[in-house]
Amino acid sequence: MTVDTMAAIRQTFFQECEEQLSEMELGLLAMDEGSADSETVNAVFRAVHSIKGGAGAFKLTALVQFAHSFETALDHVRSGKLTPLPDVMKVMLRAADVLADLVEASRDGKEIDESSYAAIASEVKALTVIEGQAEEVEEVIDFQPTVIDFGLPEITIDIPATPSHDYRINFSPRPELYGNANETVLVLRELNRLGIMQATCDTSAVPQLDAVDPGGAYLAWSIDLNSEHEIADVREVFEFVEGEADLSIETDGQAEVSDADIAALLSQALSGAPAVEPEAQSQTIAEPATPQMQALPETTSVEPASTPAPAAEIAKAESKTAAVVPTQTTIRVEFDRVDRLINLVGELVINQAMLSQRVIEANFAGSSSVVIGLEELEQLTREIQESVMAIRAQPVKPLFQRMSRMVREVADATGKEVRLKTEGEATEVDKTVVERLAEPLTHMIRNAVDHGIEAPEVRLAAGKPAEGMVRMTAAHRSGRIVIEVSDDGAGIDRPKVRASAIKKGLIAADAQLSDNDIDNLLFLPGFSTAATVSSISGRGVGMDVVKRSIVALGGRISISSRPGLGSTFSMSLPLTLAVLDGMAVSVAGQTLVVPLTAIVETSKPKKGEIHSLGADGRVMSIRNTFVPVIDVGTQLGFRDVAMEPERGVAILVETGDGTRNALLVDSIQDQRQVVIKSLEANYGTVAGIAAATILGDGRVALILDVDALVSGLLNDPLAGELRYGTGG
Amino acid sequence: MTQTILTVDDSRTMRDMLRMALAEAGFNVMQAVDGVHGLEVLQTAMPDVIVTDINMPKMDGFGLIEAVRKDGRYRNVPILVLTTESDAAKKTRAKEAGATGWIVKPFEPVKLIAAIRRVAA
Amino acid sequence: MHDIGHAANSGDREFVAFCMGSQEFCVDIMGVREIRGWTPATPLPHAPPYVRGVINLRGAVLPIIDLAMRFGLGLTEPTPRSVIIVVQVHQQVVGLLVDAVSDILMTSEASMQPTPDVASEMAKTFVKGVYAVDGRMISIVTLDCVLPVTEKAAA
Repeated sequence: MTVDTMAAIRQTFFQECEEQLSEMELGLLAMDEGSADSETVNAVFRAVHSIKGGAGAFKLTALVQFAHSFETALDHVRSGKLTPLPDVMKVMLRAADVLADLVEASRDGKEIDESSYAAIASEVKALTVIEGQAEEVEEVIDFQPTVIDFGLPEITIDIPATPSHDYRINFSPRPELYGNANETVLVLRELNRLGIMQATCDTSAVPQLDAVDPGGAYLAWSIDLNSEHEIADVREVFEFVEGEADLSIETDGQAEVSDADIAALLSQALSGAPAVEPEAQSQTIAEPATPQMQALPETTSVEPASTPAPAAEIAKAESKTAAVVPTQTTIRVEFDRVDRLINLVGELVINQAMLSQRVIEANFAGSSSVVIGLEELEQLTREIQESVMAIRAQPVKPLFQRMSRMVREVADATGKEVRLKTEGEATEVDKTVVERLAEPLTHMIRNAVDHGIEAPEVRLAAGKPAEGMVRMTAAHRSGRIVIEVSDDGAGIDRPKVRASAIKKGLIAADAQLSDNDIDNLLFLPGFSTAATVSSISGRGVGMDVVKRSIVALGGRISISSRPGLGSTFSMSLPLTLAVLDGMAVSVAGQTLVVPLTAIVETSKPKKGEIHSLGADGRVMSIRNTFVPVIDVGTQLGFRDVAMEPERGVAILVETGDGTRNALLVDSIQDQRQVVIKSLEANYGTVAGIAAATILGDGRVALILDVDALVSGLLNDPLAGELRYGTGG
Repeated sequence: MTQTILTVDDSRTMRDMLRMALAEAGFNVMQAVDGVHGLEVLQTAMPDVIVTDINMPKMDGFGLIEAVRKDGRYRNVPILVLTTESDAAKKTRAKEAGATGWIVKPFEPVKLIAAIRRVAA
Repeated sequence: MHDIGHAANSGDREFVAFCMGSQEFCVDIMGVREIRGWTPATPLPHAPPYVRGVINLRGAVLPIIDLAMRFGLGLTEPTPRSVIIVVQVHQQVVGLLVDAVSDILMTSEASMQPTPDVASEMAKTFVKGVYAVDGRMISIVTLDCVLPVTEKAAA
């Protein structure tokens, strides 16, 4: 095989390994929970077996050896010799992790440190030893260099001093041989290729034609073979049929090659014919009319396969391959193609909206066929958009599976016992969201195990089971995906959190905060209650980073906790990053879009609710708290003079860090879903603006970056005081 | 005359490797992903040789061989079993099911072709 | 909207000539993607005065640069007859707001004359040479410096 095709197959192999590892992990988890049936165990075995098979072909020795050991243990489980008790499953789960590591290292060509998994390897090996049985003999993996045989006729030109052997072979097939579709003539043909062969058939046992039993075997051969090959090669020819025939191979010892022989060989070599004339061969083999003997092939000479250049051969191979493509329930598509499709559909949606708009402006009668046709078009377009979005939608399952491993590792490293339960892994969300969820979820899981779940002794003392539970669920709720991570640990230590916040100057010493407020302090930047920053949770990577990532995705995160019982983090995220739910507003004659996730509520400011603060600061009182008012028009430079709040609408927004501000706009247009268009492609970043979108009338509308807009004010010293003060 | 080989294996990697090795040697290749699928393919085509893996979902190699041998049309089609196991018990079991021969994985293209030649005209 | 074909010969160059006020300029046709009429642009907050805003070009967001303003010639008053020349500069596609397109010039590298040395920043920065055509002076614009320098988000 050429280097290119091997490289392509290697890639396929590693892709397949990912799938197999996933299957394997799922199956092992089911076995661990006791919910696995025999088919599950079989599937796990096959997954490891498959990985081993492919690894062997690519000579990935370490991987093969580990996989072989693991596979044997699994074989014992599936044959009932080994019971999957909890400590057995523990070893198996760790072995699965090691296998995944070995696959990854093999794929990246990295060195594997045997000592890093030596402990697990020996534990697995211990599982393969069944009491009362001899220890499993280590399979000898013999790697031969791959030789490409193009099937050219063997032109053997012997050098006189090379010894050749004379073999005398007696071969009497028994009836079973033919039962398995073996053919003596084929065996003899192969023998023929080893050297110079003379075969004589003994037909003495063949009865009269009318007494012939079609299932019987009546022929015996005695064969003289002169060959340079060792007896092992000769025996190999009979490998498949030894068990079903009487076979004896004798060697007469070495024989010198005479000059006459050399001459004969040379003449044959020059004529390019195989060592023995095919016709002569057919004469020595009788042709009784027994059904199991097929008519001899026209010629038994070796057909040389042509040897064109590799590229041409591959092309030929491709066109000859009548591969029957199995019907699959999935199809692999390059991400770029899906992306392009999604973009095009996005534009289709915009176009359709524009068309609708123009039709309305043209004042067609409501029931006219144009309007009706347009409504159908709108319906169709919406369906297409949903279908296309669904293409990129992926289940969160692989993400959850990675967390499963994370829990095991962190639990091991911190000496805790933790079990992860997941629900809703089939819940789907856009690929882009799934990818960006990995990091925040990882942090949350690490935190839950490291800080949330107590050490086993502590739990027992509290009357809880030694094993802690972390639950991760995903579900669709009102057009978004909601992911919860909860633990049954000690919950948030509120006095400690509060004290730490005061010490860090994040809150005033006498600040009155509800329990929920205290819990949410965890999301403040720079907050960490870990006495020692454990290496597990990273160098003080706190929940503030998690919150920021979630908010950057257009999501929200909240926390609830009960002392002694545990904590729950709840995240809600948009289903896709390409489309945004927003509120279209008017500001100084321009249309802007405010992301819905940031909006808490809207209200029409009344005279008494607005107060001035400082030179030109304004605040609005909302139910006894004061929030800063941001005149969006002036902030963005669309107008010079601030507008009168009573003439506009206040939109109360919450930023990533939990602060609230009131955005003052001229009016609200409506709520709509918009396709996000990048400003950066052709322009660059604009302060306060996240992206752009195209409205139904074809005009560009800007999407506000609420966080950035608000933080433009943070330099204002007044803002800080307002944040945690109490209302009057 | 070009011969046709039906390969049955649930591993995509193995199918690719078999296809490459066989096609390079001048064979036509048909493929199936498990025993059940293999039988479906056999409904519509008669290969010269069947090369099958043992461990597959839905119907394993032994199941496939037994089913094939029961079918009168295919009684004489040579079947080679692909296996990583090299122990005698598996080989006997394969033979009992009706396999013509075997090839041990990881296979070398040379040995694969040689084995095929030993069983196919 | 017109699509412009490419120059046939490699020695000759093709230019799109346009006017801004009383002055005439031209740009290499190789960089020109299309020419379209004026549509009102959505203003960008805190943008330099010569950036009029952005418009929708078949689903993409296109910044519009008032070229006269960029050259220090004063703000353009767009009329229905104003023209936007869509050009590609490196990886960005932008629209140049000009008064009108006057001509398509086929000319050669050889007939380009160096920019006269006048005390004008604009001339030094944006004009890389001039052509004399029928008694008119047409200044050749280099597009590289026309774009506003903005922060790009990390890729």
